[in-house]
Amino acid sequence: MLSIKNLHAEVEEKQILKGINLEVKAGEVHAIMGPNGSGKSSLASVLAGRQNYIVTEGEVIFKGRNLLDQAPEVRAREGLFLAFQYPIEIPGVSNINFLKTALSEIRAYKNLPPLDAKEFLRLTKEKQKLVEFDARLVNRSLNEGFSGGEKKRNEILQLAMLEPELAILDETDSGLDIDALRIVSKGVNKLRSDKNAFIIITHYQRLLEYIVPDFVHVLYDGRIVKSGTKDLALELEEKGYDWLKEEAHGKGSLETAAI
Amino acid sequence: MVQELAIPLYDEVVNGFNKLLSDQGVTRQESSSVRQARQSAFERFKELGFPTTKNEDWKYTNITRFLKDEFAIAGTDHSAAGHSADGGHDSFTATTAALLEQSAIDALDCYRIVLVNGVWHGKKADEAYPSGVQLFTVAEARLDPAFSGYFERSAEFEKNHFTALNAALYTDGLFIRVGAGASPDKPLHIVHVYTSAHNLLVQPRHVVLVNKNASLSIIESVVSGDGAAGSGASGPGQGAGGAQVGGGAKIFVNSLMEIIVQPDARMDHTIIQTSGKATRLVQHITVRQKRQSLYNNFTFTFPGADLVRNELTLRLEEEHTESHLYGLYLLGGQQLVDNHTLVDHQKPSCHSNELYKGVLLEKSVGVFNGKVYVHKDAQKTNAFQQNNNLVISKKATINSKPQLEIFADDVKCSHGSTVGQFSEDALFYLRARGIGEDTAKGLLINAFAFDITEKIGIPALRAHINHLIEGQIPVTTEDLV
Repeated sequence: MLSIKNLHAEVEEKQILKGINLEVKAGEVHAIMGPNGSGKSSLASVLAGRQNYIVTEGEVIFKGRNLLDQAPEVRAREGLFLAFQYPIEIPGVSNINFLKTALSEIRAYKNLPPLDAKEFLRLTKEKQKLVEFDARLVNRSLNEGFSGGEKKRNEILQLAMLEPELAILDETDSGLDIDALRIVSKGVNKLRSDKNAFIIITHYQRLLEYIVPDFVHVLYDGRIVKSGTKDLALELEEKGYDWLKEEAHGKGSLETAAI
Repeated sequence: MVQELAIPLYDEVVNGFNKLLSDQGVTRQESSSVRQARQSAFERFKELGFPTTKNEDWKYTNITRFLKDEFAIAGTDHSAAGHSADGGHDSFTATTAALLEQSAIDALDCYRIVLVNGVWHGKKADEAYPSGVQLFTVAEARLDPAFSGYFERSAEFEKNHFTALNAALYTDGLFIRVGAGASPDKPLHIVHVYTSAHNLLVQPRHVVLVNKNASLSIIESVVSGDGAAGSGASGPGQGAGGAQVGGGAKIFVNSLMEIIVQPDARMDHTIIQTSGKATRLVQHITVRQKRQSLYNNFTFTFPGADLVRNELTLRLEEEHTESHLYGLYLLGGQQLVDNHTLVDHQKPSCHSNELYKGVLLEKSVGVFNGKVYVHKDAQKTNAFQQNNNLVISKKATINSKPQLEIFADDVKCSHGSTVGQFSEDALFYLRARGIGEDTAKGLLINAFAFDITEKIGIPALRAHINHLIEGQIPVTTEDLV
């Protein structure tokens, strides 16, 4: 579904991704962990198409097509979804109108007729129930006045509504208390299927107790320095990142020596 | 004044004024004090002339190019008036009908009257009017001893160029009187249609009198043709230097409205300007508020008219008044739109609140000048003012000038002005959910306007305004040539 090869990217002339390789297949859940500033959120931003990130090398193929050529809205319509680390508040745009517009543009892209008002409301209610997010959305501006937890849960609701094939969760667990974390995880688990895939970016192993990944990757200094199964997350929890940093630096100097 | 010699319109208004006050002129039946008021206003206009950018109040609004054409002056003699009302019969009425349709507000339960080139042709058999409200033409009212007092000399209107010109040369308009305690069940929708086969200067004069304990809601729609007159290729704006009339007639409207809101009375006033190109609209409104009165003004300006100058002056003449001024200007093309407001706090304990928001597309130029003046006696004044602008095109310009002059020491006043672009974060968030760039920008423009539109109390009116905003969407962010 997603194939990232040797991806290099910079932001404000600072090299931030230095050769990422990653393969994600339908039905898989990949966790990306790593210390602060390692490039986790940058990877999410590059994949979603944030404008100030410039890809300098490498390629990303999503469903057989070059993802990097596509405008952010086209990526979304093709089935890529980024749950934002910091969802944006937009006063004056209502939650419902936002959802309706997004859904109808995605459906139009797929040559599906728009949902009528009744079907749309039924779908919204159903999905709200599924992700246990009962905040009143009508006549409320997008994310405005939402608590940190509500914003994150609103992201998961959007995920449920838009039914993407590949969802990237960028530190969705940050700022969530244990109950909210459980609810969000439950929602994600309900949405998992053999047709879609998830990339879960997180600092902590805690989230991975609820959403069990198939693969765990450690990002450090713009590269994936180690990949493994869910046991790797446990090992990181126990030992921290320092041993990997040392390993990475050791490897780096070895490479330099070889040249 | 030497500079005026270059403006043909100046000579035309002098001729027009002489005709108006001649023995055959339409003012011959007016009382001597009404005629003296005209004379005095005209002397004043001759001193002031047309404004130039050397006048502080017109610094960013250069109207020289709009005064170059020759205009007939409506109402000053029979041929001009006759021509404007009947000229090109069929096309005229067809245009009027189309403009009326354009001004219609879906699902709005209201009374409606129509003025064509500032003239109301009276009540039609099938039209109903609100009880407790009297409607006259100014042509009648200025001759009626009961009302002619409103047309006597006014220092207020001799303060500036265009109001002085109107006070000298007006002949008609609308006079609305709401009786004490009256409270019409529905708003009054006043449609101002401007249309003419030849260049025309129209100077309507309106008076609105809301008596004690009364309330009135009026919605004014200003519509006009785009001057294209079927000749598609030669749009107005081209051949700016020449005196050519080809490409359609230009209409210059210099309108003056005086509103008096008596003690404990309330007036809601909405203005929707969707005039066509080739229209130059200068509109002055002075509101005089008495004790414990409430006045709410909404002014909406949309793409169309080449020039719009809105002057809104609130004189808070007695204590405990409340006023809300909301403005939204969404500009496109090469429009020049200027909103000048003055809130004059003369007495203590008055509350005024002003919010104007602008969205500037293409090569439009906007001007906002909001002045709040708090007199020495006006203690316990609350006066707030805010102007926010969203400049979408690189070639658009906004000149924003908030002014606060306070001579009292126990007041709460604030003002602020911002100019910004789309939030990149918000735009990305919307696009990342599959919403196309144009639609996303449309949503953000609607969101920006929301602070104003949410204040509109009548749902059908709010829907109409939202519809007009959406009519400008998807926005072209490419800079048009």
